[in-house]
Amino acid sequence: MTVIDDHEALGTNGGVRLSEAGARDFFELLKPRVMSLVVFTAFAGLVLAPGHIHPVLGFIAILCIAVGAGASGALNMWYDADIDAVMSRTANRPIPGGRIQPNEALAFGLTLSFFSVAILGLVVNWFSAGLLAFTIFFYAVVYTMWLKRSTPQNIVIGGCARPLPPRNGWGLRPRGGSLGNNVVFLLLFPLAPAPFSGPPLFKMRDYGSVGVPMMPNVAGEASTKIQIFIYTLLTAVIAVVPALAGWSSLGYGVFAGLLGAVFLYCSIAVWRMPDGDQKMVPAKKMFAFSILYLFAIFSALMIDAFVAPLLSLIGGAA
Amino acid sequence: MIDKITLTDKQQKSRRGRNIALGFALAGLVVLFYVVTLIKFGGGMQG
Repeated sequence: MTVIDDHEALGTNGGVRLSEAGARDFFELLKPRVMSLVVFTAFAGLVLAPGHIHPVLGFIAILCIAVGAGASGALNMWYDADIDAVMSRTANRPIPGGRIQPNEALAFGLTLSFFSVAILGLVVNWFSAGLLAFTIFFYAVVYTMWLKRSTPQNIVIGGCARPLPPRNGWGLRPRGGSLGNNVVFLLLFPLAPAPFSGPPLFKMRDYGSVGVPMMPNVAGEASTKIQIFIYTLLTAVIAVVPALAGWSSLGYGVFAGLLGAVFLYCSIAVWRMPDGDQKMVPAKKMFAFSILYLFAIFSALMIDAFVAPLLSLIGGAA
Repeated sequence: MIDKITLTDKQQKSRRGRNIALGFALAGLVVLFYVVTLIKFGGGMQG
């Protein structure tokens, strides 16, 4: 039995509304798939940065960055619940699905934002905490509340938040605040729009129906495809820069070059896709590959950072 | 007079699930602060 002492528990029709949301629904608010990418890139930034951090503190810091990213996802879902409800890709999210009330999602997002930033500041450093707070603000306010519904460049400008987790991972180390080898940070700038223009392309009719000015709806499919190709080319070139600049080995450079070539091939396939294509298979394939590409490039950078010194040690000993 | 209602099985189950998750989160925070304290002040206490 429960005592009703809260007016919010009463539905608008006078009936009782008690939550049936499970822990899984709240976890879904965190956008776990996006979070996994954030965790991985932040980890890569942490591994590649100079200086030393206690492994347990490093783990806690990555956890804070993950929770902060999840919090911004929850705030995004809270604000976008109205358009999520009418798009097939998002109609079953916890809020439009009716499993979580908007106010619950807002409180959840704000609470997690506060704790993730505060704990990161107390445990590691306030530079990283500030960067995490800015990332949450940028994604939840600048991108979600402002850019997304006002400009077709929303993904391009909003995507500037995506390089922040690896940069944040980098800044966790004592000497990570220096500019140094910040290519990891740069890597995601052009990459951000390239993969994430996939869903707008094959879900453009959905976005158009809710009035979100995605590039394909505003500039047309042809122009969007050219932009995707340009961003992909930039990404493929920047991914090779660490090898050209001598920050990583030739092996990494060859690997990144080959991956970049495949990425470019995918973007050309998207470019050659006929206008009005209903299935848009190449765009879906490119989106899937771009996620794989991101994981592969960061993995290669991390492996290279450990393997190259080992090889030179062995070479020196011989 | 106090109005009372009886929760449905689904409401009770989901509330229990939320409570357990919250319990784990709080326990996790306790462990986290304990471990961080040990790491941050461990060296000082040894001296």
